Amino acid sequence: EANAVIIPQCSHIPPGRRGCLMETTVSPNKEELVIRPLHSGDIYTSFQFRTLWETDFTRENKVSHYRLFPKSLGQVISKFSVRELHISFTQGYWRTMQWGQPYLPSPPGAELWVWFQDSLTDVDGTWKELTNVLSGIFCASLNFIDSTNTVQPSASFKPLGIGNVTDHQIVCTENLTPWKKLLPCGSKAGLAVLLKSEKLFHSSFHSQAVHIRPVCKDDQCKTTSWELRQTLNVVFDLHNSGQGKNEWSLFKMFSRTLTEACPVASSSKIYIDITDNSQGEQFELSPATPLLSQAVVLGDRRTFSVYDLTQQITFGTICNVLKLPVTYSAHAGDMLRPLLHAERYVAGYGLQTGEIHTLMYNNHPYRSFPVLLLDSVPWYLRLYIHTLTVTSKGKDNKPSYIHYQPSKDRVRPHLLEMLVQLPPNSVTEVTLQFERALLKWTEYTPDPNHGFYVGSSVISSLVPSIVAMDTNNSRERPLFSSFFPSKEESSYFVRVYTEPLLVNLPTPDFSMPYNVICLTCTVVAVGYGSLYNLLTRSFQIEEPSPGLAKRIANIIRKMRGVPPL
Amino acid sequence: MYFLLVYMYIKNHVYMFPDLLGCHGKCRRYLFCCFQDRAGQFFSSGHTNNWAVLVCTSRFWFNYRHVANTLSVYRSVKRLGIPDSHIVLMLADDMACNHRNPKPATVFSHKNMELNVYGDDVEVDYRGYEVTVENFLRILTGRLPPSTPRSKRLLSDDRSNILIYLTGHGGNGFLKFQDSEEISNVELADAFEQMWQKRRYNELLFIIDTCQGASMYERFYSPNLMALASSQVGEDSLSHQPDLAIGVHLMDRYTFYLLEFLEDIHPASKTNMNDLFKVCPKSQCVSTPGHRTDLFLRDPGSVLITDFFGSVRKVELTMETINLTDPIDAESGELQKEMHTYADQLPVSEIIHQKPKQKDWHPPDGFILGLWTLILLVFFQTYGVKHLKHIF
Repeated sequence: EANAVIIPQCSHIPPGRRGCLMETTVSPNKEELVIRPLHSGDIYTSFQFRTLWETDFTRENKVSHYRLFPKSLGQVISKFSVRELHISFTQGYWRTMQWGQPYLPSPPGAELWVWFQDSLTDVDGTWKELTNVLSGIFCASLNFIDSTNTVQPSASFKPLGIGNVTDHQIVCTENLTPWKKLLPCGSKAGLAVLLKSEKLFHSSFHSQAVHIRPVCKDDQCKTTSWELRQTLNVVFDLHNSGQGKNEWSLFKMFSRTLTEACPVASSSKIYIDITDNSQGEQFELSPATPLLSQAVVLGDRRTFSVYDLTQQITFGTICNVLKLPVTYSAHAGDMLRPLLHAERYVAGYGLQTGEIHTLMYNNHPYRSFPVLLLDSVPWYLRLYIHTLTVTSKGKDNKPSYIHYQPSKDRVRPHLLEMLVQLPPNSVTEVTLQFERALLKWTEYTPDPNHGFYVGSSVISSLVPSIVAMDTNNSRERPLFSSFFPSKEESSYFVRVYTEPLLVNLPTPDFSMPYNVICLTCTVVAVGYGSLYNLLTRSFQIEEPSPGLAKRIANIIRKMRGVPPL
Repeated sequence: MYFLLVYMYIKNHVYMFPDLLGCHGKCRRYLFCCFQDRAGQFFSSGHTNNWAVLVCTSRFWFNYRHVANTLSVYRSVKRLGIPDSHIVLMLADDMACNHRNPKPATVFSHKNMELNVYGDDVEVDYRGYEVTVENFLRILTGRLPPSTPRSKRLLSDDRSNILIYLTGHGGNGFLKFQDSEEISNVELADAFEQMWQKRRYNELLFIIDTCQGASMYERFYSPNLMALASSQVGEDSLSHQPDLAIGVHLMDRYTFYLLEFLEDIHPASKTNMNDLFKVCPKSQCVSTPGHRTDLFLRDPGSVLITDFFGSVRKVELTMETINLTDPIDAESGELQKEMHTYADQLPVSEIIHQKPKQKDWHPPDGFILGLWTLILLVFFQTYGVKHLKHIF
């Protein structure tokens, strides 16, 4: 039932150009939007904006020419000798079992991973300054990142760097506004016009991220250029936002329509995932488009309808309204089950001890694969590593590599990395007991009864793939399929984040100092004070003052020299 | 001769250029007088830039109205011209994307959801736990750690007019920050005095919307301060109206009527401070708004609203020439180009065979030394020194 046509890339190049896009030229600025209807009835939309910048920081000359690359980020990279930077802000939790794997995974809250150049000597000081600068750029509370919640993993994130998976952060329009201002066209033209905060935040999942890294310019990879990717992933729940009918359009989702592509973008495309709609039985697109594309993404070959916004014919008479009467039939449950899935929760009772359980599911029927689990637990949960157990299918499963760095109170958090082999079709459970610490009273937040957050665990793995992955990393590919470079054809790299945990620490009564002072002062004033007065006061008898007549008589008697009455 | 004719013509026909230069009153007929008057007005206020520090000090969902108060002043100030780089906005909690908000990414100031003061273009500089008394005082006095980004600093100079707006829960002589600490009126007055001594402001307008707000400006003693409060000592400031769909009170009365007043102001309007003092009389506000102008050098009637709420860009012309240097030529030296490759994301064999990192050797600390000394002492005492040769 082959029904897809490979996109004829050469046909859109005007005559006279050098050749097809598959060769060495890499477009400097690309934007794309991928829309994927999910089996649970939600719509997953993913925006990606990519800007390339040809410059070399390893030489000493100061860079001062910025065209499409935002100056604020360029100055950050050059000043702090950054080799790679990934920052993401997410609100909501990605439900892997219902929605599948995301194109770009991100944990709830804020996450910042940085790789520095080898020439940098003072990493701690630079890290502190970098987090402050980024907190100013993105209007986020990243300045709470310091050594107490930063880790340097030894194996998990390659290349080696410093990272921080922070606790809970609320993501709102004030984070979106500076993010939009970094785009070359701002929010005035192209796909960024659709980014209206009222609709974007009324969703089940919202994640925006900025990734800066060096990429190969050509096949031989002798020179590199800087790539800035800005991604925005949103999952809309159309039932929740009052849609009711099984029909959606760009206007209904974003309350905006598209009228033109960004003028500085060399490529501006919308991809709609129609793999489940091969014969057109589930939905239909309007206006219809003849362009189709196939891509291997997340171990699966998917088919996409493509709308190219740089072509004028896409826009038709009505401004690009896509209407889809979606009817999900009963057999929609046979979506590709995600091969790797993880959950985490806190067990136990009371405010002294507890247990962290991490469950990792391997849903492949006959292949096992290794996963690397990275756990960064704050210092106020004191982990007892001797109680660490890893069991699969009821039997003990010894990890082939464990790296544990114990915490130091108020200096650094726990770091636990383990390489575990997951047997096929099984659940692996990792349990760890902990004890809660009592903080100093100034270390409590203004709302301590809310609890304290423990960041998500990160599970990285090379999952076997059904479809052969494309290992030629310099070819021109849609952005969503080219983020993690593949080294081999039989597996692809997947990163899964678990839920963050909310743990209650024993909270003192903050009104206690006030009450103690009041009580003590009352006791001192009333008890001791009255006793002191009784012992030290001397009493004198005082005549009451005489009436007016007597006073006048006394004055006359004084004048006469006679003693008073 | 010709010039004289032109001059006479203009002088007699100046009534034909109505409001061309904004001249009004008796000055219209005399063109030069009018110019002087405009020029005088242009330079009378003495400030060259405007800053605003807007603070909401309350946390939790039921204090929605304090965030709405601050955001409505933010919106007015931005609309009248002050850019985001000159506004320091501090919100102690997030109401727009709070999970209890039935309409995410919005903060409304009026019931029936007429006006969304959060908007689409908002930059909050201090959010959540960062809104503390220490940070507020550090912003005012300028004593911030060197790594603080520019957007979080108040970079004012001696020709800046600053607007400071505080809202939250307060009492007689204090304002509560986030349920855990307070700022007193003495601290605030001292902070303003530090600002005056460091020449960090030209004129300062202080507006506070809390219960017993007038107590916060009682202790000011620095020059060029004007203060407004929503209620006198002993009175409570009341909230305006609840919205049944959102479930909380949307705004406080004083700021509601202040917003209504500011919506009529545009960058060129001539309304002055005396009109601002009349905002929200007792019949509308239930509490009595107060103001203090004795420390202010100019007459409030000559101070325009836009001197504080709007943004003035004054230009000074200079006739100096500056020579630009030649551009630096990029070195074209050929560095040896090594092959780059993408890093392997999960190199399993490398990880398993990784050698543990060599830990640095630290000399034993006092505890270990003391313990060993104790052990040796006990040993020698028990066995005596002369038996050592039998043991070793």
